[in-house]
Amino acid sequence: MEKKKKMSLVAKQRAAGWMFLILATAMIVVMSFYPMVQALITSFKTGTGKNFKWADPWNYNYIRMFQDKMFMKSVGNTFLYLIIQVPIMLILAILLAQLLNNKDLKFRGLFRTCVFLPCAVSLVSYSLIFKSIFATQGLVNMILTKMHIISENINWLGQTNTARFVIIIALIWRWTGYNMVFYLAGLQNIEYSVYEAAKIDGANAWKTFWYMTVPLLKPVIIMTFIMSINGTLQLFDESVNLTNGGPANTTITMSHYIYNNSFGQGVANFGYASAMSFFVLILVAILAAINLKVGDTRD
Amino acid sequence: MTEMKNKSAIQKRLIPTYIFLIIVSIISVFPLYWMITAATNQTVDVSRGKIWFGNYMVENFTNLVNSSNLWKSFGNSVLYATVQTILCIFVCSLAGYGFELYHDKAKDILFGILLMAMMIPGVATMIPLFTMMSKFKLLNTVWGFALPAISTPFMIMMFRQNSRNFPPDIMEAARIDGLSEFAIFFRMYMPVMKSTYAAAAVITFMNAWNAYLWPRVVMTDNRAQTMPMLIANLAGGYTIDYGMLMMGVLFCSLPTMIVFFVLQKQFTEGITGSVK
Repeated sequence: MEKKKKMSLVAKQRAAGWMFLILATAMIVVMSFYPMVQALITSFKTGTGKNFKWADPWNYNYIRMFQDKMFMKSVGNTFLYLIIQVPIMLILAILLAQLLNNKDLKFRGLFRTCVFLPCAVSLVSYSLIFKSIFATQGLVNMILTKMHIISENINWLGQTNTARFVIIIALIWRWTGYNMVFYLAGLQNIEYSVYEAAKIDGANAWKTFWYMTVPLLKPVIIMTFIMSINGTLQLFDESVNLTNGGPANTTITMSHYIYNNSFGQGVANFGYASAMSFFVLILVAILAAINLKVGDTRD
Repeated sequence: MTEMKNKSAIQKRLIPTYIFLIIVSIISVFPLYWMITAATNQTVDVSRGKIWFGNYMVENFTNLVNSSNLWKSFGNSVLYATVQTILCIFVCSLAGYGFELYHDKAKDILFGILLMAMMIPGVATMIPLFTMMSKFKLLNTVWGFALPAISTPFMIMMFRQNSRNFPPDIMEAARIDGLSEFAIFFRMYMPVMKSTYAAAAVITFMNAWNAYLWPRVVMTDNRAQTMPMLIANLAGGYTIDYGMLMMGVLFCSLPTMIVFFVLQKQFTEGITGSVK
C-alpha cells in the first residue's frame, strides 16, 4: 500500500515534468518544424494565387534554381563573405580576448566595453551608418581626398568590389566584439595558474597562445564558427540596407534574393523561393555537420 | 622597490598592446559617435564629413517627426518587443526547468530534436509562417510578430544550463511542505533564478527590437511597422537626408544602447549563457 502510493507520487512528478515542456515543444513544432515541412512541400509547387499547383516535372524549381545565374551569383556572394569575413573576424576576436585577459593590463573593462559596443546597435542601424560613412559624398572619401590618396570620389557602394569590401568591413566591425565575449568567457574558465606555469616553463606568448589557449578554447571556437557560418549564410539586413544588392545584384545575398522572389517587388513566387530556401537550409546543416565532425577529436 | 620596477617593466612591455587596443577601441566607437554627431548636422555637413556636433538637431528631429510615423513605430516596437520578451522567458524557462530537473532519457532525446530547430534558417520558414499568420488574421498584429520567436532552442538551452545552479534540495523540501510541482516553479525557482531571467530578458528584448526580416514579411501595413523598418524606409529614397536619417537611426538605437550600458552584465551573460 505504502509502496503503491509512493509510486504514484513519482508518476505524478514525471507527468508534471512533461507538462513543463509541452508549451515550448508545441510552439517549436508549430512555428519551426511544421513550416519547414510546408516549405519543402511548397518547393514542389509552382505558379501564384489560384494557379498554385504541383510543378511538372516535380523538381522543376530545383532545376530552375541551378540554372538561375542570379541565384548562383547570390550563393557565390554569400560564400565570398563567409570565406573572407569569418576567419578574419574570429582571429581578431580571439586575439582581442587573449590581450584583454591579461591581469596586468589597465582599463580592461573600458577596452572591453568599447570593443563590445557595436553589439548595441541593430543590424539595420549599423548598415545605414556605414552607408552614410561610405557615401560618395561622405566621410571616407573626404578623408582620403584630404590625405591626397584619391583625387576623385570613389563610389564605394556603386561598384561591385568596393561594395563587397564595405559589407565585409561592416560585418567585421559589428560582430568581432560579440565573438570576443564568448572567448573571454571561455578564457576565464581557464585557471590563470596554467598560464603562470607556462611562463615559468619558458613558453613565449605565441606558444602559449597556440598550444594552450587554442586547444582549451576549442569547444568555444567551434561554437562561434557554427554561429558565424549560420549567420553569414542568412545575411539579409546588410545586403538590403547597405547596397540593396547592387550594383546590378552583384552583392546580393541568398536570403535577400529569396526575399525578393517572395515578398519583394514583382511576383510572389512562393514555390521557387521555397526551393531556394531549402537549399540554404541544407547548406547550413552540411556546414554545421562538417564543423562538428572536424571539432570532435575525442578518441 | 624591485616590485615597483617590475611593475613598470611589465607596463612598458604592454605598450604595443595598449596602442593596438586604443586603435581598435576608436574604430569600434567611432561609427556610433558619427551617428550622434551626424544627427545634429545638416545633410550638407554630413556629406562634407564634419565630425563635430552641429546645431541642426531640432530641425532634423522635426523633419523626422513630420515625414514619418516615428512615435507610432516606436510604440509598435516597444509593444512587440515587450510582449515577445515576457512570453519568451516564461515559456522557455518552463521548458529549461523541465528538461534539467526532471530529466530522463526520453526528455534528452526530445531536447536534441528541439535543438535542431536552431539550424532552420528564417528564410525557410517565412513563407509558410506568412501563410499561417494571414490565415489566422494575425498579419500586422503583435501576435504575428511574436509567436514564431516565443519558443527558441537557444533560450531553452540557456535556462536549462543555468538550472543546474538550482539546488534540487529546495524541491524536495518544498514537496515535503506540500507544494505542487508548478507551485515549486513559481514560488521557488523563479525568485532564485532572477539573474538568469534578467539576462534572458535583455537578450530577447534586443533580438526582438532589432528583428528585420520577419517584421518586413508580417507587417504589411505601414502603421504596424517597427523602428528598423522605419529607418530602412528613410534610406530607401533616391536622395537621402542623412541628418534626418541619422536622427532616426539614433532613435532606433537608443533603447538598445540604454539596455547595453545599464545592463551590460546581463547582456554579456545573455549571449554567452549557453557556454558553461
